[in-house]
Amino acid sequence: MDLKFTPEEIAFQHEVRSFIAENYPAELRARRKLEREFDKREYLSWHRILAQKGWVAPSWPREHGGTDWTPAKKYIFSNELALAGTIPLIGFGLNLAAPVIWTYGNQAQKDYFLPRIYNGVDWWCQGYSEPGAGSDLAGLRTRAVRDGDHYVINGSKTWTTLAQHADMMFCLVRTDADAKPQAGISFLLVDMKTPGISVRPIITLDGGHEVNEIFLEDVRTPVANRIGNENEGWTYAKVLLGHERSGIAGVARSKQQIARLKKIASDTQEEGRPLLLDPDFAHRLAALEVELLALEFTDLRTLAALNAGQSPGAESSILKIKGTEIQQRITELMLEAAGIYGAPDLRGMNLDGDNFMGISAELGGIAPDYLNMRKSSIYGGSNEIQRNIIAKAVLGL
Amino acid sequence: MDFSFTEEQVLLRNSVQRYIQDKYSFEARKTILASEAGWSRDNWRAFAELGLLAAPFAEEYGGFGGGALEAMIIMEEFGKGLVVEPYLQTVVLCGGLINLAGSAAQKSEYLPKIASGELIMALAHAEPQGRFNLADILTRAEKGGDGFVLNGAKAVVTAAPWAGKLIIPARTSGAQRDRRGVTLFIVDKNAPGISCRDYPTIDGQRASEISFENVKAGGNAVLGGVGAGLAILEEAVDRAIAAQCAEAVGCMRVLTDATVEYCKTRKQFGQPIGKFQVLQHRMVDMFMECEQSLSMTYMVNLKLDEGEAERIRAASAAKAQIGKAGRFVGQQAIQLHGGMGMTDELNVGHYFKRLTMIDAQFGNVDYHLKRFAAAGQTDR
Ligand SMILES: Cc1cc2nc3c(=O)[nH]c(=O)nc-3n(C[C@H](O)[C@H](O)[C@H](O)COP(=O)(O)OP(=O)(O)OC[C@H]3O[C@@H](n4cnc5c(N)ncnc54)[C@H](O)[C@@H]3O)c2cc1C
Repeated sequence: MDLKFTPEEIAFQHEVRSFIAENYPAELRARRKLEREFDKREYLSWHRILAQKGWVAPSWPREHGGTDWTPAKKYIFSNELALAGTIPLIGFGLNLAAPVIWTYGNQAQKDYFLPRIYNGVDWWCQGYSEPGAGSDLAGLRTRAVRDGDHYVINGSKTWTTLAQHADMMFCLVRTDADAKPQAGISFLLVDMKTPGISVRPIITLDGGHEVNEIFLEDVRTPVANRIGNENEGWTYAKVLLGHERSGIAGVARSKQQIARLKKIASDTQEEGRPLLLDPDFAHRLAALEVELLALEFTDLRTLAALNAGQSPGAESSILKIKGTEIQQRITELMLEAAGIYGAPDLRGMNLDGDNFMGISAELGGIAPDYLNMRKSSIYGGSNEIQRNIIAKAVLGL
Repeated sequence: MDFSFTEEQVLLRNSVQRYIQDKYSFEARKTILASEAGWSRDNWRAFAELGLLAAPFAEEYGGFGGGALEAMIIMEEFGKGLVVEPYLQTVVLCGGLINLAGSAAQKSEYLPKIASGELIMALAHAEPQGRFNLADILTRAEKGGDGFVLNGAKAVVTAAPWAGKLIIPARTSGAQRDRRGVTLFIVDKNAPGISCRDYPTIDGQRASEISFENVKAGGNAVLGGVGAGLAILEEAVDRAIAAQCAEAVGCMRVLTDATVEYCKTRKQFGQPIGKFQVLQHRMVDMFMECEQSLSMTYMVNLKLDEGEAERIRAASAAKAQIGKAGRFVGQQAIQLHGGMGMTDELNVGHYFKRLTMIDAQFGNVDYHLKRFAAAGQTDR
């Protein structure tokens, strides 16, 4: 056991840090915090800068553009991105579609799709959930019927994150209605420009447009866009769900958010002193930091196990549950720190050069963040479902 | 001991319930929120006709002679409908302040206008630097002319965009957080020197940042005596807290019922999700928080007249319970609705937002736990 980074790793850390400092788009840096929803161009601008450097997908296999970084270096890298507060990379292509394609796709699919994902040519969305199939994903009903060398898809998907930007969707469809629920599912890659697809926004309680409903009406998708075998999509998807969970701990982002929280709490006066020094507030903040520190080391242990060749087991559910609980708790404390200034709804207001008394873009974003973050215990396998997994797979209950 | 309501009180509750059912559907509310004004004068007029705006005032001022319990009943039902019209601000807070401390002339000038629906008022108590401390006041009122001249700023003044008059606590003496030297002024919102920046709030109300630049307030604008404002303000806010607790109970009740109903009908894994014991226990906890909050709401409304120390402890205890329970019930309602709970389309998120904002209004859990503890210490 050893916690220290090697001199080489420290040199790497400096390299990453200065790369970000020199290359992160000034336009993104200058953004005011209130505009929570970045647009497609902004997301892709940073993606492409990293792709050019060869750093957009460190965990990919070497032959597809990944790095041979040690887990420690990967850790340093994602840590530096988070601490710098860079715009997040959208993972649907990089972390979700790509692993399935390189693991189960044929050569033509790998050759075509992987470089496009790497270079940010296609934006991907995840078409799993349906109105009737959320936690119980195997209950999905969207049908794909074979017609020559095409599938004809009918049905609907929902909660599809950022589908409004998507060029491609990877989705699960039912190809055998008579088989057991898990057995009749296939994994298809669908071009979002295919006739018959319509995308309708779902506005969330924070007012944002992040998720969508997708309606599929006689959507013809080439059979060549099926991953692996017909009716075996569930197996592939399960592998993918494993990937979805790893990295979900979000330790580095949470650290950065805690730093922000401390800044806000030290700028906020209560009874003539900074709120940060209020014993009650300080106590809760400390408890949260302790929790995060524990999670960081659980995360590192998982990483080390991965490095030793063990596959991420059901233990990764711990990372999802604790990680999201901490993220939610941070937004709660931010809202507490904001006090009455959590209330103004500043969407659409022009605050340029106008710091009208206590109102600021910084504080104005806090309540929407708090509301929005409730999602994190619902998606990616709800925290109840994650606890079921641990109960069953780890504790053998 | 008796926790039952009089026949009149039951009738009052029924009539508010009926109005909310008929006229304040979730869709109707949406239309109100999206309108330019952000509130409905028609509703306000109807509230006046139903006698709601007059309920807590004495008959000689156009009221119906009710009190805290009537306001509690009305606010609980308003909570169920997520009513945005400024009942709490105008009737409970400002009406309450005038009722507590106004001269006979002030009472007869303002209370009948509030009762008839003619006058909307807002209390401009919070300041940008002040957080929840009512005594943290920098706005100054200096003697000048035949009265006072006000300078300073107020923060997140709910209902100010709709108000004709403001009640403004300002310093006639003393330093920032001194308990002495606070004076309340009733000022016309259109008075020269007042500028407002209006905005919607997260929970669908409207509020303003307000600045005062040499605003003139005549000697008759003083409410309750020069330098005597803080105690009155504290009492009025405690009374508002009592009413607001009822509103929060209304919100929590709707959320708990909606969640139970949803879990009975939503099926996953071939069964209603309400069959999963972990969710059952969660809903039981929601239900218990509702009941505890209702108990605290009765408690505080029954203790408002029992002397200052008792009142402070009651109000702070109730507000702390409501803040804690509101957060739990709101968060769990979203969680148990899954993705649906995250949508703007479903009413659940809107109740959650209101409960979230109630926690920060008039002091959050922390603030009230401290205040409760401090009041206990001076008692002994
Ligand atoms: C913001 C957001 C983004 C999303 N993005 C995507 C996306 O890009 N692509 C996609 O395919 N999906 C996406 N989802 C969908 C997400 O995966 C589902 O919301 C999630 O699987 C839960 O399903 P549900 O919403 O139908 O809730 P339900 O499954 O109906 O669950 C309702 C409640 O019941 C609980 N519950 C269900 N089953 C059990 C059980 N067996 N034991 C105990 N409790 C149980 C749940 O935990 C939850 O609290 C997104 C969701 C959100 C909120």
